[in-house]
Amino acid sequence: MSAIIIRQGLVVGEHATVVADVLIVDGRIAEVAATIDAPSDAREVDARDCWVGPGFVDLHSHLREPGREAAESIESGARAGALGGYCALVAMPNTEPALDNVALVSFVLERGARTPLDIAVAGAITQGRRGELLAPMAEMAALGVRIFTDDGVGVQDSSVMRRALTYARPLGVRLAQHCEDEQLAAGGTMNEGALSGRLGLVGRPALAEELMVMRDIELVRMTGAPLHFLHLSTGRSVQMVLGARDEGLPVTFEVAPHHFTLDEGACASYDPVFKVHPPLRSPSDVAALREALRRGVVDAVATDHAPHAPELKDLVFDEAPAGMLGLEHAAALTFEALGPSSDPRTFFQVLSRGPARIAQLRADDIRVRHSAHGAAMVSGEDANVTVFDPGSRWSVDRHTLESRSMNTPYDGRAMSGRVRATIVKGRLVVDQGLLT
Amino acid sequence: MIESIRGRSLLSLDDLSKEAIVEVLDTAESFVEVNRRSIKKVPALKGRVVASLFFEESTRTRLSFETAAKRLSADVLSLAVASSSVKKGESLRDTIATIDALGIDAVVMRHRSSGAALQVSRYVPHVRVINGGDGQHQHPTQGLLDAFTIRQILSERHDTTGLESGASLFEGLRILIVGDIRHSRVARSDVAAYATLGAEVRLCAPGTLLPEDVKTWPVTVAGDFDDALAWADVVGLLRLQSERGSGAFVASLSEFTFSHGLTVERARCLKSDALIMHPGPMNRGVEIDSRVVDSSRAVVERQVSNGVPIRMAVLYLSVAGSREG
Repeated sequence: MSAIIIRQGLVVGEHATVVADVLIVDGRIAEVAATIDAPSDAREVDARDCWVGPGFVDLHSHLREPGREAAESIESGARAGALGGYCALVAMPNTEPALDNVALVSFVLERGARTPLDIAVAGAITQGRRGELLAPMAEMAALGVRIFTDDGVGVQDSSVMRRALTYARPLGVRLAQHCEDEQLAAGGTMNEGALSGRLGLVGRPALAEELMVMRDIELVRMTGAPLHFLHLSTGRSVQMVLGARDEGLPVTFEVAPHHFTLDEGACASYDPVFKVHPPLRSPSDVAALREALRRGVVDAVATDHAPHAPELKDLVFDEAPAGMLGLEHAAALTFEALGPSSDPRTFFQVLSRGPARIAQLRADDIRVRHSAHGAAMVSGEDANVTVFDPGSRWSVDRHTLESRSMNTPYDGRAMSGRVRATIVKGRLVVDQGLLT
Repeated sequence: MIESIRGRSLLSLDDLSKEAIVEVLDTAESFVEVNRRSIKKVPALKGRVVASLFFEESTRTRLSFETAAKRLSADVLSLAVASSSVKKGESLRDTIATIDALGIDAVVMRHRSSGAALQVSRYVPHVRVINGGDGQHQHPTQGLLDAFTIRQILSERHDTTGLESGASLFEGLRILIVGDIRHSRVARSDVAAYATLGAEVRLCAPGTLLPEDVKTWPVTVAGDFDDALAWADVVGLLRLQSERGSGAFVASLSEFTFSHGLTVERARCLKSDALIMHPGPMNRGVEIDSRVVDSSRAVVERQVSNGVPIRMAVLYLSVAGSREG
């Protein structure tokens, strides 16, 4: 089989970084050394001035298949992901119908296997994501599903959530919660505050998120089951989950690029491209999220990639669906938030190692035949590798995205840092910043 | 800050300067005279096309705008549109593009969603958009006609004219706004107009019907309703916006009347020359007693008749005016 030699990049291991060559043969890392004599037929990737680390893993991709293929498909989402440096995506279950049974999970896994990436599935916690009756989590777990969520909305009923955690615990799977108390959110469309009042838009208060974070921390304490907090958007939410983690509770959390890049001020244009749940928050929340990223306490950056067909974002603000694209720009925005002098290990920690651990993506699971992700960059490992060029300058054009949708909030934005190559299971999927 | 609406869309009063507001009021003065003539028509907008696009039901605003456009000799395209673009299966952008393709100079629009007028102005930047009310956001022409009505009456009392008085009669004028402020676009436009013109504005409402962000508004909040009534030179009442869900924000209509209705007894707290205003439609017996509406201090009919000259002024400045600089 083919070989790839990555030349002279800064290889970012879990503990140390070193300028080296990386040789990949037959889907595995064969050697990492200062200089390597590669086979003559090896594809060469010039990685000078680039970071070479474990391929990115996204815990939060809405791939829209089945049901809303006009917005995205598993195949187009995988292409967008590869371009963004991702080797594995966790497909969210809020499709139509919802991924709440083995037939639908199998369909997505099977479609995913036709893409170059590893496509994992998050199953629904409750039937139809209605928050009432438990979905067959044990059957789905037997197919290799490791994360369950009703994302799009949180499980509102506390007793259902308690039951779900208790049920999930012995299965060795992790529940993930979209924290927003929908009654307090009251059908709001942006962050509640002075701006929502002036714009005449109904607000979703920060407390709607924080109340559910508080409740779920206590439910984790009660049940002992692990829980992952999806897209935390307020400084206080992050603070509470960090406190719970310090107490030893089995909680993890992610932050989304839009929440640490954009603030509620963007909504003043009433452009629905800025509508998302949880909503873009205050500048102080944005600063708190960036601070948490820099301190290295964030478990994962996850995109909440949420494609919507263009006509749905041409509606008035309160009628348009919530959600924005993320896969193609998350790495650059994470790099921007961490700052130019940041430690590349933090970068790969939040984009690869952290999320890989939460998603429990591992090679020994023969049922899904996914490869291992988020590894240490040493010989013998599955070759999931991303090459990131921190010196690249570029700008976003919503008309040239790989996603089927155009609802990026970053159109025209100047970006720093770009994915140069994505190698998935030993295959060069993105080279020179382009799909091969 | 927008210094003049000449050649511009009118989307909100939030960002208009005092000069821009006074310019509209002054322009409206000249159209009051037109409306008293036997032939109530001037050729100011002859050959111009104004589309009237009401996505949300309206009687007086729509009639008032269309009358204003016709008295300026504009051609009026009046389109019946479904209340929800989603239900109709057409996006707002497509609806506007279709109407724009007919060749229009201005759109007067009302929509149940906040921000709809701003969105439309982005879709068709060459067309002047006049916001006839968007969700809970703004109703600029109502704010202007309310200010115009106050200035008109006070200048009569002071034996001067609106034109001569400019904004001077608003200096220190005490204006109280009562009722469902939270859900009211009229309140947002009224407060912007009154505060910009120099008035002192106070709000009075049940706690749930005050906006969450009231401390950022240029107003004070009244503690006691009776005291506030005694304080006010002008009191503006707002109805409960039950279509925006305000029913759940108070225990019952009768309790609302009990705590914040302008009953005959309460009206006795008012100064003898205080003005009572209401943008309509009124719920007689809820926020205002019928006998109070029909008293000489209530100027509700003046507000309605001033709607036409104000909207003529807005259309004239916006459509016929060219932007300076």
